[in-house]
Amino acid sequence: MKFSTKLLGAVAGLAMAVSSGVAFAETYTMGVSIPTADHGWTGGVNYHAQVTKERLEALYQDLKIVLVTAADPTSQANDLEDLVSIHEIDALVILPTDGGPLTEPIRDVKASGATITVVDRSLTDNSLVDIYVAGNNSELGTTSAKYMAEHMNGTGNIVILRGLPISIDEERFDAFMEEINKSSGITVLDNKHANWNRDDGFIVMQDFLARFPKIDGVWAQDDDIALGVIEAVKEAGREDELFIVGGAGMKEMVKRVMDGDKLVPVDVLYPPAMIATAMEITALQFVSGAPVEGTFIVGSPLITQENAAKYYFPDSLF
Amino acid sequence: MAEIDLNEVDKKSKKGMLSKLDFKTLGPFIAMIVLFIFGYLINDAFINSGNLSNILTRSSFIGIIAVGATFVITAGGIDLSVGSMAAFISGIMILVMNELKTVMEPGLTIIFAGVAISVVLGIAAGFINGFLTTKGKIEAFIVTLGSMGIYRSLVTYSADGGTISLDREVRAIYRPVYYEDLFGIPIPVLVFVAVAIIGYILLNKTVFGRHCFAIGSNENVAKYSAVNVDITRIKTYILQGICVSIATIIYVPRLGSASAQTGTLWELEAIAAVIIGGTMLKGGYGRIWGTVMGALILTMIGNILNLTDLISNYLNGAVQGVIIVVAVYLQRGDWKKKK
Repeated sequence: MKFSTKLLGAVAGLAMAVSSGVAFAETYTMGVSIPTADHGWTGGVNYHAQVTKERLEALYQDLKIVLVTAADPTSQANDLEDLVSIHEIDALVILPTDGGPLTEPIRDVKASGATITVVDRSLTDNSLVDIYVAGNNSELGTTSAKYMAEHMNGTGNIVILRGLPISIDEERFDAFMEEINKSSGITVLDNKHANWNRDDGFIVMQDFLARFPKIDGVWAQDDDIALGVIEAVKEAGREDELFIVGGAGMKEMVKRVMDGDKLVPVDVLYPPAMIATAMEITALQFVSGAPVEGTFIVGSPLITQENAAKYYFPDSLF
Repeated sequence: MAEIDLNEVDKKSKKGMLSKLDFKTLGPFIAMIVLFIFGYLINDAFINSGNLSNILTRSSFIGIIAVGATFVITAGGIDLSVGSMAAFISGIMILVMNELKTVMEPGLTIIFAGVAISVVLGIAAGFINGFLTTKGKIEAFIVTLGSMGIYRSLVTYSADGGTISLDREVRAIYRPVYYEDLFGIPIPVLVFVAVAIIGYILLNKTVFGRHCFAIGSNENVAKYSAVNVDITRIKTYILQGICVSIATIIYVPRLGSASAQTGTLWELEAIAAVIIGGTMLKGGYGRIWGTVMGALILTMIGNILNLTDLISNYLNGAVQGVIIVVAVYLQRGDWKKKK
């Protein structure tokens, strides 16, 4: 499988060399730089980037895509230099490991004449960005809060498990609180960081269960946390008392929603597939005259039992 | 003259009384009792049997690993790879069990095979660390820093960056190992107690244990006293590997998964538990019961912080840091000496 992809790439490369010799059909190179798959969500990003690369290269003969992954901002900056000097990219699609330190390296790529597409993180200078594709963290919070308030008929007790203390978590949390405070009957008992991690989700939920005799709803914010929460709730035998809302759209969780699991009635999407959206839009600028520059916000809709099949990717890692 | 003598005697006996109140031994116990009272004052849900059982069960992973670390540190070594090793062993265990499920009915055989793989990997990983530090003559810090990176990458690679999950049916059979009780005590706690008792006997009642002390306090003297330093050191690392393996055997049934995030910072928690317990970081002196207390203290801090909203979430790390330092300060006991 991997070999054939390489072979395909080699053939495409050869075709490009031949065609550029003829200087007839122009070819384009798109560089895609994403973080290493170090946890579930970035694993999903890698999966969707790979799939989209294969699909786009098959679809557009004159498009070549170079996919690179980096574990930290420094190696990602090195990757960008290579993409420009070795691969002479015409467009860059990047999900920065960290927007701040990568702003200057991206400025250099821009100076080489390439179109810049940034995914999900903001740079310190956003004027460099031609196309911006991002998820909506506030919407994730609002959607979750709306559903929970409705599901609880406006009364009851909620506990919140948060992610890592970074801005993504703050945006989600603030939007959630703003929305949930509209229902005066709902009490938020407490919120603790569970670091988007199953083990921490398990431990924090165990402690919430020990501390609060009556919990009606759990906002886990993330599907990894939610999986830990589910185990803690089962251990305590309190499955019938409460329900859990996760977030992201991990296949295990979407499957539960699809199967009508009472403990997990819904999930809220924060799709790693947004990297695919970004690659598709960027490719369009080469193959069609349609204007593509601008900001594209991928929504965070509610995944319910009715529509779950649409969000279920059994082959994905995530 | 006689009066002066009396004063001398008096002073000496007072000194004797103070040193009888051995803070080196009692420090960790005192710290734990203080923390216990503190926890109760913060939220009386703290002393619910359910919560106490959670604390004990939770601390068993770090505790078991820390018992192994007590040997390594007492003998003057250090092992930074235990967290990554735990993640790696868990990952391989799960992959093997999933693979076996494709060729046989899910049953105890698969679980035993997984456990066997875990023990073999633990022994092998410990041996490699020990061999490289002794025969390879590389500092333990560097060897285990290297193996820490290697195991962490290997687990990320095996999981393709995602999570390795145990097959549902196999997990259903394995699950009781973490969640069930035996004689009213959760199984992980029983395992922890057993490991601690065996560790205590090994460290305090055997020749091997005395050799660990000897090597840690002065390697050259130990060598001249016909102690086989290298073999003893290698044994401590193997023991550490076995402890990591035992920890994974009870960890895997908890969530049935392993990922790149599994066991992150466990090495530092284990070392902290050992030092809080009164073992000297530079080697030469170790105490298993102190280590057990250390592991309990660390788990209790996290638990207490989850039971209150008095302290901002962002300050959790600071609170933990302060308690660790105070706990160690108490057991060093130097504060009572007036200079």
